[in-house]
Amino acid sequence: METPLTARMRKDGEPVGLEEYERAGGYRALRKALRGMMPAEVIAEVKDSALRGRGGAGFGTGLKWSLVPAGPDAPRPKYIVANGDEMEPGTFKDRLILEHDPHEFIEGILLAGYAIEGAAGYIFLRGEYTVAGERVRKALAEARAAGYIGRNILGSGFDFEVHVHMSAGRYMCGEETGLLNALEGRRANPRAKPPFPVVSGVWGKPTVINNVETLACVPHIIANGAAWFKGLSKSADGGTKLYGVSGKVKRPGLWELPMGTTVREILDLAGGMRDGLKLRGFLPGGASTDFLTGEHLDVKMDFTEVQKAGSRMGTGTMIVLDDRTCPVGMTWNLEHFFAQESCGWCTPCWSGLGWAERLLAAIEGGRGEPGDLEKLAGITKFVAPGNTFCALAPGAAEPLQSALKYFREDFERHIREKRCPWGA
Amino acid sequence: MLTPEERAEIEAEAAHYPDRKSVTIDAMRIVQRRRGWVSDETLRDLAEFLEMTPDDLDGIATFYNLIYRKPVGRHVITVCDSVSCWIMGYGRIREHLIKQLGIGMGETTPDGRFTLLPIVCLGACDHAPVMMVDDDTHLDLTPEKVDRILERYR
Repeated sequence: METPLTARMRKDGEPVGLEEYERAGGYRALRKALRGMMPAEVIAEVKDSALRGRGGAGFGTGLKWSLVPAGPDAPRPKYIVANGDEMEPGTFKDRLILEHDPHEFIEGILLAGYAIEGAAGYIFLRGEYTVAGERVRKALAEARAAGYIGRNILGSGFDFEVHVHMSAGRYMCGEETGLLNALEGRRANPRAKPPFPVVSGVWGKPTVINNVETLACVPHIIANGAAWFKGLSKSADGGTKLYGVSGKVKRPGLWELPMGTTVREILDLAGGMRDGLKLRGFLPGGASTDFLTGEHLDVKMDFTEVQKAGSRMGTGTMIVLDDRTCPVGMTWNLEHFFAQESCGWCTPCWSGLGWAERLLAAIEGGRGEPGDLEKLAGITKFVAPGNTFCALAPGAAEPLQSALKYFREDFERHIREKRCPWGA
Repeated sequence: MLTPEERAEIEAEAAHYPDRKSVTIDAMRIVQRRRGWVSDETLRDLAEFLEMTPDDLDGIATFYNLIYRKPVGRHVITVCDSVSCWIMGYGRIREHLIKQLGIGMGETTPDGRFTLLPIVCLGACDHAPVMMVDDDTHLDLTPEKVDRILERYR
């Protein structure tokens, strides 16, 4: 089984340096593209590879690039923004690439920049990723010294700069239009779409925003071809995927596996549940995805199949709920996060999520009342897609609406007995 | 007054952006790294330097988790309170820190050594529970491990 994203990573935890990266075939894809491919051919190859965005939404990467205005009359400069604001609770995959193979990710930015005829790339990193920040800056300096970044890269006439922006922390920065505002030095409130960032993004210029893991796939696609990348996958979505498991399993961790690996296979790698515990449910891909349960263990983890099961693959990092952890407490924790991180820009979100959090706190604290569950269900409709500016509140509704569906008896018991049966 | 070093560092960062205002968040981080926090006076000086009103800048400062508008201790402890850490025993770690430091969340020890704050998911969920002390991330926490870590910052 091939694991292109992680194959070069060192066992000692140190990052792959430039020489080591080059020895293992690194920057070969950039050379190939700059010397023998037109930008449109790079886009076509990525389109054919069926690479879908790894940040959670799963938008086709090649399709996104193709929406950027091209040709001599296109607005310029055009930008690539790498979204390394990994703040989705339960998600710890981009950190691995940033800390352990930064050149793989940087080469992806350069290829994306070439494909859209861009002028510069901005790496947007969350402020807490201090080790990643140091390692990425060091890798950028190495790449610049070797002639992969800057003017006339590899003698091709292509100029491209790459900069790092360390964020000051807020979940909203991961939402792409919020991220653009943060990069411009503002509050990370969302922007109305349209115009979409590919047409009018940072500083009003065409901007492609791609997740770190997405960009890290690109050099492998260009070096080995779209057909090879599709062949890595067990599903219609191309490539491998970094899948993670956290919660009370025997071996929490992160694994690079073929796209479309089943939930059961991933949980097996995590060693199954800790002794004495049973699985009650799981969030397949971060905090903003609907709960699934033990009935869904044979679901393939890809964008289409998880959706068919009633949730989303999201970031592909699962959070497991065991039978000794209170589902109401867990849902309260999730909604506390979303209510706190709401930027306050639109009313359904700041009002609705705050209300949901207070109701959940009351239920967990033994102060719930008959009718509270109907109110909670109402809030999930109130913040549904179309009622809010961005995806934060609809994302917050996903674990809440599914918890009410799968763990209804637990909620009712809290209200009936006026206490948390788990003693919280 | 901003120091010449602060001005130079902010200018160097601003050169990476086509629009000078974009350096606002970097500028606050640069100044905070040297001063520990962003006081009202610092905020006014920075606003003047960035050619914006103090109120506009404060609206940005207070939006971000990692900009401190109140004084903090010499070391800032941020404890992850998000879902994976919550499942894995965040509550126990928080209670232990509160007991050992003798302060509540959001407070600073009387000797000015530690400030204790909650933080959202730190992206190390396979090693929950997790906290940071300043720039260092500490994994797989137990109360005993927390004691050993605190000792290193005394």
